[in-house]
Amino acid sequence: MTRQKRRTGRRHPLATVALLALGLVFTGGAYAALSSGTIAQAEVDPNSQQTIEEGKKLFQANCATCHGMSAEGTGEGPSLIGVGAAAVDFQVGTGRMPMQMQGPQAQQKPVQFTDEQIQQLAYYVASLGPGPEIPSDHLVNGGGDAANGAELFRINCAMCHNVAGAGGALTEGKFAPPLTDVSGVHIYEAMVTGPQNMPVFNDLNISPEDKRDVITYLKYLQDNRSPGGIELGSLGPVAEGLFIWIFGLGAIVAITVWITAKSN
Amino acid sequence: MTTAPSATAPQKRSFTSAASVYVNERTSIAGFVKELGRKAFPDHWSFLLGEVALFSFVVVLISGTFLTFFFQASMVEVHYDGSYVPLKGVEMSVAMASTLDISFDIRGGLFVRQMHHWAALLFVAAIGLHMLRIFFTGAFRKPRELNWVIGFTLFILAMAEGFTGYSLPDDLLSGNGLRIIDGMVKGIPLIGTWTSFLLFGGEFPGTQIVGRLYTLHILLLPALVVALVALHLVFVVVHKHTQYAGPGKTQQNAVGPPILPIYAAKAGGFFFIIFGVLALIASMFTINPIWNYGPYDPSPVSAGTQPDWYIGFADGALRLIPPGWEFVWLDRTWSFNILVPLIVIGVFIVLVLIYPFIEAWIKGDRREHHIADRPRNAPTRTAIGAAGVTFYAGLWAAASSDILATHFSLTMEGVIHALQAVVIIGPFVAYFIAKRVCIALQKKDREIVLHGYESGRIVKLPGGEFIEVHQPLDEYDRWKLVSYESYAPLMIRPNARGKITVGQRLRASFSRWFFEDRIAPVTRGELESGHDTHH
Repeated sequence: MTRQKRRTGRRHPLATVALLALGLVFTGGAYAALSSGTIAQAEVDPNSQQTIEEGKKLFQANCATCHGMSAEGTGEGPSLIGVGAAAVDFQVGTGRMPMQMQGPQAQQKPVQFTDEQIQQLAYYVASLGPGPEIPSDHLVNGGGDAANGAELFRINCAMCHNVAGAGGALTEGKFAPPLTDVSGVHIYEAMVTGPQNMPVFNDLNISPEDKRDVITYLKYLQDNRSPGGIELGSLGPVAEGLFIWIFGLGAIVAITVWITAKSN
Repeated sequence: MTTAPSATAPQKRSFTSAASVYVNERTSIAGFVKELGRKAFPDHWSFLLGEVALFSFVVVLISGTFLTFFFQASMVEVHYDGSYVPLKGVEMSVAMASTLDISFDIRGGLFVRQMHHWAALLFVAAIGLHMLRIFFTGAFRKPRELNWVIGFTLFILAMAEGFTGYSLPDDLLSGNGLRIIDGMVKGIPLIGTWTSFLLFGGEFPGTQIVGRLYTLHILLLPALVVALVALHLVFVVVHKHTQYAGPGKTQQNAVGPPILPIYAAKAGGFFFIIFGVLALIASMFTINPIWNYGPYDPSPVSAGTQPDWYIGFADGALRLIPPGWEFVWLDRTWSFNILVPLIVIGVFIVLVLIYPFIEAWIKGDRREHHIADRPRNAPTRTAIGAAGVTFYAGLWAAASSDILATHFSLTMEGVIHALQAVVIIGPFVAYFIAKRVCIALQKKDREIVLHGYESGRIVKLPGGEFIEVHQPLDEYDRWKLVSYESYAPLMIRPNARGKITVGQRLRASFSRWFFEDRIAPVTRGELESGHDTHH
């Protein structure tokens, strides 16, 4: 065995790729670190005049086209007087507002504002009239009774959102979105404000503690993978049927072809 | 092979040979084995689809036996006390609780449960594909019509097996499925309500149904399936297997490796492959997560509630009925929204069941057929099949209308209307396209037989003209393209009493529809003259 190392150039052929990858990792990492830094700084006083003023400016610049200069509503969008901070935090915090286009319902998209700005907007709208507030942490951290929450979820939510929170269809292009990566705060806010086509579940309907249980169940589903293996989207028999026809029977037909193939 | 051959030492018999002699002296089984072992089994991948169904049924039987050790078919209410946290303390039936115990507290239980369910889905899917193969190759013709009926009955039984099994855990999904069945039964005039009460032992859901379905699922239906499978296989042996046309393959023989030893070994290995594929799927993919569905309660219905795939066509038929088909007349409610799908599905099933007899009657053909058709050589049948498949597929897709709507960002109404069109207009479109495609393919075959295939070799003639050289087919390939039967439309002939009956006329018009457009196979005469003349 002779050692033959032939050098074709000074750099390894993959050097450029490695350099690119390194650069991307650094920029991405720095971006992530900086953007998470800004989130951590969000600390807004709900009652200060400054917050409300800032919120008003943001509102007039970004929302007033449809909701009116003082949130009184126009032909394009409803009045926001009395919808409360929770509604704003949900709609803006999940990226549904500002809306990209009119349609059967507002689509989710990347969030357009920082947490600080969202809170300023929320408190401005809350100052216009009393409405549901952003829930406190103990209601949304998933520390309740999952079994009670699961039962409530099946009775109240599953007909639209599916038992496993995989989402479902409504009429005329509307739909109930999947709940597989929605935060506890947003779930709570959705229940109390009834965004898009969702009904309102007020505190007489489902008490705050019961809401906490529902969130606990959904968090359980989010944190625990299915014990049976890959979920196939938790879509039920349709996904299972497609899977067995395409992959199950497909694999087996391939095997039958292999078994009966003539040897060359 | 290190020992000396037995011929040199005849008194030293191997264990196998001694055992066979022992068994044979007491059972005289040698003749049977010799007869069966020498049966030839033609080799083609599509001939193994029935085996896939059989082997997945065996997997269903084995895994199902395990499940019966632990499942309790009782609807007595208990509070769940197993290890799945989000159901702790929830009131449910013993059936549901024991299914959860199988899933979470019995070693290997979830794996076997998932394997049972996946194998059941594969069982019915394989039957479906097997039937399509039989249909499109005309393997249901005389003498196999009865075996088609048996096979189709097995398909229906398999669906019944599947549905009863799906309903056993008494979870939300299966309860909703039973509720739909209950609604369909109640929609039948006069006897509906009585039948429903008889079935459920009182008002739905009652406390009886799981126990009754369990008896059907593990006793009556499997017994019927096993008996009919046995009969089905006996008929396969009696009739011999069909084969595709080829040199040396005739209506009188079956060409292929004998069952013993090659084929039996292959089939045995194939069983383990299917077992393995199912085990792999069962260990990696969740199926029927009843822990998500929760116990049955008549009030909630989950979004995305569907039956298993093989009942989907019936569910889809219900979904496609436009609103307003239910009205009050003579002080009674007439649920045509339920009756129409029931009747349409019933007629469809009966037509598929008796198709072999219909085709034989139209053709007036009493001969036996052991050579399978290529689908293109029976254009009308293939077109009818394509129409049937489109009809079924439209109903089937309708069962997932909501999932189609959400996943392709469509409106529910749009999906429903599109599928209504697929179910009603689609079959005609599919019929026309399939028939034209078949005839075009036949024409191409004729072309190839008469003039050879395009070799890709371009030759410049002395005059400057370029031609592509056509290579003639070798005899083996040609055989496959020319050996099929061609039928002409029946002539109307008066019967013995000199009369032309209505039946005759009907038959003649059907026959015209079947065979009006046809491409006759290339004859010997054409072949001989075709080689000389280029046109």
